Amino acid sequence: MSKTIKWEYSPAPEGTGHIELKKQYELFIDGKFVPPKSGKYFKTINPSNEKTISKVAEADQSDVNHAVASAKKAYDKTWSKMLPKERGKYIFRIARLLQERAREFSVIETMDGGKPIRESRDVDIPLASAHFFYHAGWADKLEYAFPGRQAKPVGVAGQIIPWNFPLLMASWKLAPALATGNTVVLKPAETTPLTAMKLAEIIQEADLPPGVVNIVTGAGETGKSLVNHPDVNKIAFTGSTEVGKYIMKAVAGSGKKYTLELGGKAANIIFEDAAIDQAVEGIIDAIFFNQGHVCCAGSRLYVQEGVADEVISKLRKRMETLIVGDPLDKNTDIGAINSKMQLKKIKSYVKLGSEEGGSIYQSSCPLPKKGFWHAPTIFTDVSQSNRIVQEEIFGPVLAIQTFRTVDEVIAKANNSPYGLSGGVWTDKGSKIFKVTRDIRAGVIWANTFNKFDPASPFGGYKESGVGSEGGIEGLSGYVNLV
Amino acid sequence: MSKRIDIQKTYKLFIDGKFPRTESGRYIKWVDSKESTIVNICRGSRKDFRNAMVAARKASGSWENRTAYNRAQILYRIGEMLEGRRDQFMAELTLQGLSKKQAENEIDQSIDRLIYYAGWADKYQQVFSRVNPVSLPYFNFTVPEPTGVVAAIAPEDTSLLGLVSIIAPVIAGGNTIVILASESHPLCSITFAEVLHTSDVPAGVVNILTGYRSELIEHFSSHMDVNAILYCGDDTEHKTLVETNAALNVKRVIQFPKQNWSQNQHQSPYHIMKSQETKTTWHPIGV
Repeated sequence: MSKTIKWEYSPAPEGTGHIELKKQYELFIDGKFVPPKSGKYFKTINPSNEKTISKVAEADQSDVNHAVASAKKAYDKTWSKMLPKERGKYIFRIARLLQERAREFSVIETMDGGKPIRESRDVDIPLASAHFFYHAGWADKLEYAFPGRQAKPVGVAGQIIPWNFPLLMASWKLAPALATGNTVVLKPAETTPLTAMKLAEIIQEADLPPGVVNIVTGAGETGKSLVNHPDVNKIAFTGSTEVGKYIMKAVAGSGKKYTLELGGKAANIIFEDAAIDQAVEGIIDAIFFNQGHVCCAGSRLYVQEGVADEVISKLRKRMETLIVGDPLDKNTDIGAINSKMQLKKIKSYVKLGSEEGGSIYQSSCPLPKKGFWHAPTIFTDVSQSNRIVQEEIFGPVLAIQTFRTVDEVIAKANNSPYGLSGGVWTDKGSKIFKVTRDIRAGVIWANTFNKFDPASPFGGYKESGVGSEGGIEGLSGYVNLV
Repeated sequence: MSKRIDIQKTYKLFIDGKFPRTESGRYIKWVDSKESTIVNICRGSRKDFRNAMVAARKASGSWENRTAYNRAQILYRIGEMLEGRRDQFMAELTLQGLSKKQAENEIDQSIDRLIYYAGWADKYQQVFSRVNPVSLPYFNFTVPEPTGVVAAIAPEDTSLLGLVSIIAPVIAGGNTIVILASESHPLCSITFAEVLHTSDVPAGVVNILTGYRSELIEHFSSHMDVNAILYCGDDTEHKTLVETNAALNVKRVIQFPKQNWSQNQHQSPYHIMKSQETKTTWHPIGV
């Protein structure tokens, strides 16, 4: 009976025949697709095979000016004058159209960003439409969200989103902004612009008044033009803490509102009385979900001494079973790293981890020759002062330490400039409440990790950001209370 | 018979529940409008601020973890103590230029404001907490939590009501505070520290400094252990400086324009929420 059976999975790739992609994408301004004034385009590639998928317009200052002007006009003339319940119905429409085309969006998301189809199909796209659906209903109910106050829209919101959850982040930003009566200029990340441009098609189909949503593609310079535009009233940004700080300085004295979702280095804490097998599964979800390209990833693991050997040995075994490869394959657990640049950064941290004295373990999976790939990696024998423990890597790299007491692990968990998320694994209820209370972070998962929902606020303490997204708290970043 | 000589008060700083002089040894000569009284006010330094920050951070954890009921009672106690010291505040407020009637009003409103926030200390959590209906088999709830240590530049034109209106919502919400008193009207800010001192407010929860805004605002806004910077006033240069320095460690920025603090609209649970973070906790439902 103890004979080991080697399970081989046959390839199960998701088809791409049904998707519609253009050779070239323009900017979406004032309800129309318009070419960039400079005539410049950049390529967007599939990180799993480095093939070019499409070309996308690069917006410069004059394009951003055009987009902001049309957002301002739409705010003044249409959107702010519309009955809230009608506004809500447009947002419901977007949610419905997205649901109908979920399969197409999942495939494109996976091709453009490298994430496993299982994740884009089961997490990214369904959650994106859920965000629109949830927020649509708030449009005519804001007086119940802010008792004793009247919620007024801010005006034109400039929104800058990252490449790790492209469509999901677009929906996190757009849905609350629109529901509260603002108009928007959105800038997707330069490596993952396609689902945002497909969303622009849906917005057109939904017959949203021209200018309410404008989408300008480009890199850092485009984002900078948006942040510094005098007619933008609010900046919503998800990305690195470094850029977040730049934005805070750039808008200082301008009266612009801002919400920032920045970096993280979450502590995931395993107590001796945890259900160990579940906890091991939780560690995998926490750090290897979406190749570790997750700001709230559980990238610092703290295991109580008594179970450390057991947890680490089970973790290694589990890592061996992770399937790394073709993101479009439905069996794939770990997809491609999003870009060459990100892969370089991850590799430099892994090198640094070894140089700092850490013991490395990587799963022995074969990696495809073409494209950007990184094996799941863990480090033991590291300490609090190691850079791989302090700094955000944004890849499938986990730093493991042990602890003895509750007070010790809370001190270690909080010894970080970040405070986005945290995880606690124990079967003792009172311990859960003590530890989840004492961790200084905005989202805490107890006996689970990396769960998201439109009704659930998400946001960071300390250098992990300002403000929340999702739930009632997420609305407050887009209104002025009078 | 010779005339009795008055005992004059020495105005000092309030740090960690004690009344030290400024470590710098510097002073500001404060003269009332009739030039009848001269007081030497401490000219607080960067080092004083840093000492106050150490005290505020040390006090932060245990103040946050006191029961809301206990914090509410301590805020109420501050109101009680202020009530009992009316005469002293009358004397100082009138010396600072208010009429008797105005001074009386300001004291009344300051006491009422403390009672208002005492009442909120164990209720705002209920108003602003939620159980979120997530589409997964999880129990998910959101609660406000104090941001930590707040560094504040108090309103310039009202030295008692303005000070109380800033301190009360910050500490009712479980934060600790280091506050720079009004530069032009400093007297009753320090006397208010004596009220705090006798009200069971733990050492370090409230720290009050006096000194020059233009000198200290840089340090208040750039200190890397400050969680939120609160600024009262309309000076564009100061506001930009505060917002720029906030970026150093992503401080929360709270601003109040010059306003008439006596109006009821300037007390609100939303003021408490300005120095609160939002924490969401997930737990699976199952066996």
